[in-house]
Amino acid sequence: MSELLVVEDLQKYFPVTRGLIFQKEVGQVKAVDGVSFTVEKGQTLGVVGESGCGKSTMARCLARLLEPTGGKITFDGREITHLNRSDMRPVRRDMMMVFQDPYASLNARKRVGSIVGEPLEVHGIGTDQDRKRRVQELLEIVGLNPEHYNRFPHEFSGGQRQRIGIARALVINPKLVICDEPVSALDVSVQAQILNLLKDLQQDFDLTYIFIAHDLNVVRHVSDRVMVMYLGKPVETAAKQDLYTDAKHPYTGALLSAVPIADPSAGRARKQIVLTGDVPSPLNPPAACRFHPRCPRFVDGKCNVDEPELTAASGNPDHRFACHFPLERWPMDEDEIRRKPAAYAAATD
Amino acid sequence: MALLEVTDLHTRFRTDDGIVKAVSGVSFELDRGKTLGVVGESGSGKSVTFLTLMGLVDRRHAEVSGSVRFDGEELLGASGSRLQKIRGRRIGMIFQDPMTSLNPVKRIGWQLEEAVLLHHDVTRDEARRRAVEILKEVEIPRADARIDDYPHQFSGGMRQRVMIAMALINNPEVLIADEPTTALDVTTQAQILRLMTNLQQEHEMAIVMITHDLGVVAELADHVAVMYGGRVVEQAKVDDLFVKPEMPYTWGLLGSLPRLDITAARLEQIPGQPPSLLHPPPGCAFNPRCAYAFDRCREELPELRAGAGVVGEGHRFRCHLSDDERARIWEAKKAALQAEGSAA
Repeated sequence: MSELLVVEDLQKYFPVTRGLIFQKEVGQVKAVDGVSFTVEKGQTLGVVGESGCGKSTMARCLARLLEPTGGKITFDGREITHLNRSDMRPVRRDMMMVFQDPYASLNARKRVGSIVGEPLEVHGIGTDQDRKRRVQELLEIVGLNPEHYNRFPHEFSGGQRQRIGIARALVINPKLVICDEPVSALDVSVQAQILNLLKDLQQDFDLTYIFIAHDLNVVRHVSDRVMVMYLGKPVETAAKQDLYTDAKHPYTGALLSAVPIADPSAGRARKQIVLTGDVPSPLNPPAACRFHPRCPRFVDGKCNVDEPELTAASGNPDHRFACHFPLERWPMDEDEIRRKPAAYAAATD
Repeated sequence: MALLEVTDLHTRFRTDDGIVKAVSGVSFELDRGKTLGVVGESGSGKSVTFLTLMGLVDRRHAEVSGSVRFDGEELLGASGSRLQKIRGRRIGMIFQDPMTSLNPVKRIGWQLEEAVLLHHDVTRDEARRRAVEILKEVEIPRADARIDDYPHQFSGGMRQRVMIAMALINNPEVLIADEPTTALDVTTQAQILRLMTNLQQEHEMAIVMITHDLGVVAELADHVAVMYGGRVVEQAKVDDLFVKPEMPYTWGLLGSLPRLDITAARLEQIPGQPPSLLHPPPGCAFNPRCAYAFDRCREELPELRAGAGVVGEGHRFRCHLSDDERARIWEAKKAALQAEGSAA
């Protein structure tokens, strides 16, 4: 297995300015602040987190739609962190994106044929005839009628538009597809169609996915590895099975327990951890562990002073988490979760 | 007698392209203190049903028939002023999008006070006291300071809480919540749902939870109505629906749901698209997407019926398949799901 994408300590800071003419930088929003991961060929990395955790900004940095502030991105053996536009162009052939909103991401004034064929055109691949054939082939692959080549996006439903978006991403045979919330705007039955389609395509064309979503059920269904982000930093990363059955970080635990279960008796039986408050502003993030103000395991004098490093779980170097007081097992209920830090505090007093 | 009784409700919109049959013969009952979950995809008529019931569809373009009895009083055809006395006072409503349902140029407090002043003969000071109280109840931190903020100064979850506060400020007997958590993150969703159930217990309020999320329904509802193509296609107590659903669309919905508690290599997908309400297919609206459809399904609309061997009081569904056949198909599906669950 070889690595397709290696990201080391990726950072993206947005300046906050004041004043109209003489703009003065008064602060920074650290949208992505030190994210590292690798994605193996043919695998899917799921990225989960609440709105504002920096997952979309990260995706945009990877595709170089945004200029990273720091860190290093190595794609297919080549460093692409600071390539200029023209050097980046051939790389873009291998790296495509599928966006969240199938209503906003297709040009309403272009026909499906030219929307899907545009990447071919941009990269100057094939003759008009070749392109048309390729586009029709792709429309068929994603489950649309090739005869819809000359239609406009408004003639399609949300699910069909998302298929068009997928066809466009695949038309030039990319190696990596970055899917930014590709199903969150769709109805459940259509969502299942798209998820199945993405899985089939991955097998057929040996694709590598980065799959960004806020829905843990969806991420679990598609991913091989999962990274949980909170306020611009990864808090836990692990193989799918480990993350969902052996969550270590209290935030991962809270996310998992917040997911509604489509089984009334199981739902009533479990004890949910309900976090209080909202995600803090990334403009002024909490000191040390950024999750500490909402954490059920918060220990004063430790979590708000000493920032936890991303460390590996014992016996599983692949499962990494950033927490001083990781969960002993999963699932746990709220009372058990609070117990350990209390014991710790008593011991240090 | 149920608090809210809807019988054979129809809503049709006249459009340039023809008549859109948005709601076709919906009936249900809701008791005090209970929660009805209404599940369906976009275009299933779930929102229009409740807009009609509240008198919020434009009668110039819509034909409405049937009966809506609230606490014994007929609401369809009631005068505008009569409805205004009930809306916001005895029936509260929460809309999906907290970003667009608040007035961006008015302070939160002003908007909450307005809801009180409309229905009660009180001074603005008293209304303000009530507004602070309700903001505290929905767990807005520093409510007495935040009340003078504008909506843009609140986060999405807080705005949704303000919407809930506004719907609850007059202690309604029925709360209609249209996708109240769809725009929110899971953690915020869990907070809001917990808040709603706590408030329900305190005030013995009936809730209608309109959603496309079967998980939310499983957690919250006492009864469920599944809607498709403007009709209720299955209704049951929540446990009965999840333990033994009786109709192919419900099977499909449950199978297409990625879940934390069941590992499926592949989701069961419902092929095709939801039906057009302008030209609904003849017979059962689900027949073009149904794997078990036969000739009768394409010709004749199945009645909402109870089947032999269907356990659960009030469990009704629309399907022409024989009772034996449905039982056989569901057993096979359940066995397949359990096999996958244990493999995980």
